[in-house]
Amino acid sequence: MTRSSSETTNKLNRRTLLKGAAAGGAVVATGFPTVWAQNTKDITLVHAGGSYAAIKEIGDQASKDLGFKIVMQAITDDVQLNRSLTQPQTIDINNIDSTKLPYLLGKGAIAPIPVAKYKLWSETVPLFTKGSYPNGNMATTQGLAPIEAMFYADKDAKKLAGKPTEFLTMIPTIYNADTLGIRPDLVGGRDKIMSWKDLLDPKFKGKTALVDYAPVGVMDVAMALEARGDFKYADKGNMTKDEIDKTIKIMIDLKKGGHFRSFWSTFDQSVNLMASGEVVVQSMWSPAVTAVRSRGIDCYYVPLKEGYRGWFVGLAPMAHLSGLKLDCAYEYMNWFNSGWQGGFIAKQGYYSAVPATAKKFLTPEEWDYWYDGKPAAVDIKDPYGTLMEKKGTTRDGGAIWDRMGNIACWNTVMDEDRYLTRRWNEFVSS
Amino acid sequence: MAIVNPAADAFAASGRAEPEVVEYPGERASWLQVAPLVLVLLLFFGLPMLVVLAVSFFDFSRTEIIPAFILDNYIDLFRSEVTLRLYASSLKFALIVWVVTLVLGFNIAYFLVFHVRGLLFQIGLFLLCTVPFLTSNIIRMISWIPFLGRNGIFNQALQGAGITSQPLEFLLFSDFAVIVAYVHLFTLFMVVPIFNSMARIDKSLLEAARDAGAGRFRVVAEVVWPLSRTGIALGSIFVVTLVMGDSFVVRTMSGGQSASVVSALQNEVAALQYPPAAASAVIMVIIVTLMVAAILRIVDVRRELAG
Repeated sequence: MTRSSSETTNKLNRRTLLKGAAAGGAVVATGFPTVWAQNTKDITLVHAGGSYAAIKEIGDQASKDLGFKIVMQAITDDVQLNRSLTQPQTIDINNIDSTKLPYLLGKGAIAPIPVAKYKLWSETVPLFTKGSYPNGNMATTQGLAPIEAMFYADKDAKKLAGKPTEFLTMIPTIYNADTLGIRPDLVGGRDKIMSWKDLLDPKFKGKTALVDYAPVGVMDVAMALEARGDFKYADKGNMTKDEIDKTIKIMIDLKKGGHFRSFWSTFDQSVNLMASGEVVVQSMWSPAVTAVRSRGIDCYYVPLKEGYRGWFVGLAPMAHLSGLKLDCAYEYMNWFNSGWQGGFIAKQGYYSAVPATAKKFLTPEEWDYWYDGKPAAVDIKDPYGTLMEKKGTTRDGGAIWDRMGNIACWNTVMDEDRYLTRRWNEFVSS
Repeated sequence: MAIVNPAADAFAASGRAEPEVVEYPGERASWLQVAPLVLVLLLFFGLPMLVVLAVSFFDFSRTEIIPAFILDNYIDLFRSEVTLRLYASSLKFALIVWVVTLVLGFNIAYFLVFHVRGLLFQIGLFLLCTVPFLTSNIIRMISWIPFLGRNGIFNQALQGAGITSQPLEFLLFSDFAVIVAYVHLFTLFMVVPIFNSMARIDKSLLEAARDAGAGRFRVVAEVVWPLSRTGIALGSIFVVTLVMGDSFVVRTMSGGQSASVVSALQNEVAALQYPPAAASAVIMVIIVTLMVAAILRIVDVRRELAG
């Protein structure tokens, strides 16, 4: 395992070097290094985030490219938030899930980022800079949309602006569109599930699962209820108490009727539920679908007609950084979106906020498969060199903007989250 | 007191209280002896508990706990019917698991102590009981999932043998699965103390009972059972507190479909709602302490161990 992954790293490095030579102009343009290496070699930055984002290989590559040390710490969301608020000095670079921003707002834990400090802003996808898709259409603002989360009102960083300003809350890094995963062989075919409402179809009684996390679990059910025509929410991403009550009531009835087989709380659980056939329809993450498929079991990440549930994460420097360390933090964040990281996580199915840079670190075949939704011209491998998809397969849902361009609701934290947690506990215990 | 078994003696030594000494210098010495433990308990148990108690009266917002003295957290807790349901669920699990582990534990210990001849064989079998503990309890628990699943080994075997025509769904992600895992994980906690108590029973008492005309069941009921009470009480304390304090087993084996007091508390912690979680923890500590006190009231463990 270790050996094969280090071989992959070597291979990647060799390719990176070649690419780097080819893309030499770009490297100069982004301006590395701006801080003199001899001053920074003793600097260590702690980058804390979820396991899907704070990946050791990325930290190692950054340390090599930048000359100072990046320590990656993969921790769970609640631990991260806790540390950010109660022991902020234990983190330098905060890899923030957008839904955690409201908790950090006005707490002085993370520092605002002047747009000028981030060199790739103009190349960032318009979803983050303007709130629109590349075709100019505005993305939905149900839930916490990128445009709502990206900007502080002013340098005091107390309030979100909801429109472009000079102060970023974080540098957007990766994002994706989530939907339902299904077992085509057990539901009667890929075309048998087209809508979120199928999650609640009595035909799948005892064979469905939700994530065991109130804000997302409830939102997935809300998508299904709206698709089924039960009622329409003003904003699925910010329900009123009344809407929460109505939703939870239906969920409790479903649960008592044995509709759900399980609620999963880890990535592996979701993979095992699907692979073992305990569950045939469930909300899951894109890499989990791939993980099921890599066991030789067909699993499909359905492009549903109502659209996807979107999410995004970003990086912010902690407020305690200053001087040389802060300079290094900016340098690191600029490096982060300069391509190597984007190429790495593309092979896990996530998108980079600056796709043009990621493209330089992908082969044309890889780019076509992951970003353009074209049939794979060669076998597709994950960042560690393990086979992911055989030649000829097409990414579920297609090209980036067929997927990201159809977001029905963004992951969020609701104003009534306290009430939601209480009702969710009631649901689980019923 | 006749110890018949050095292995049992080793187990007994750890639980036996020092005989009471009346002289003055001895008393001072024993204070010194308990001092390190008292210090550790105060620092790592007493102090955190006090903090939890204090926080349970605090107010809170989305990200902050606000020092205050409000009773809202407790009022919410006592008003909510969820609390009642959670305790009912946890107590139900505790009761069922207690009964099952007690029956198993008593019988296994009885077999090991009174039926297995030869010390070596006895120790060997006892060690065999502890073999599962060589793997982590998470692995021991999770391995039930593929076994009990819809397409799991057990269902396949049942169908293969023609006993059932379709998979039994209740086997996994159900209360049944939770109880199976609890029993598997916690039976040894019942076996060890009961084994220990039984090993200290003077075998001549059993012979005397038999000589006086007692049948096998009467010997068990009137000699072995009363003399194993200490072990039963200790085992019960282990099992009951472990089940009451669990969230992981119930969450994993029920597939998140059942809740326990602690799993609900965890949801609150994950949502950064510390004061209500603290209030819930305080009530939990009080209830479990009362349960342990009740067990200790029925069986005076101290006296019997010292004897």
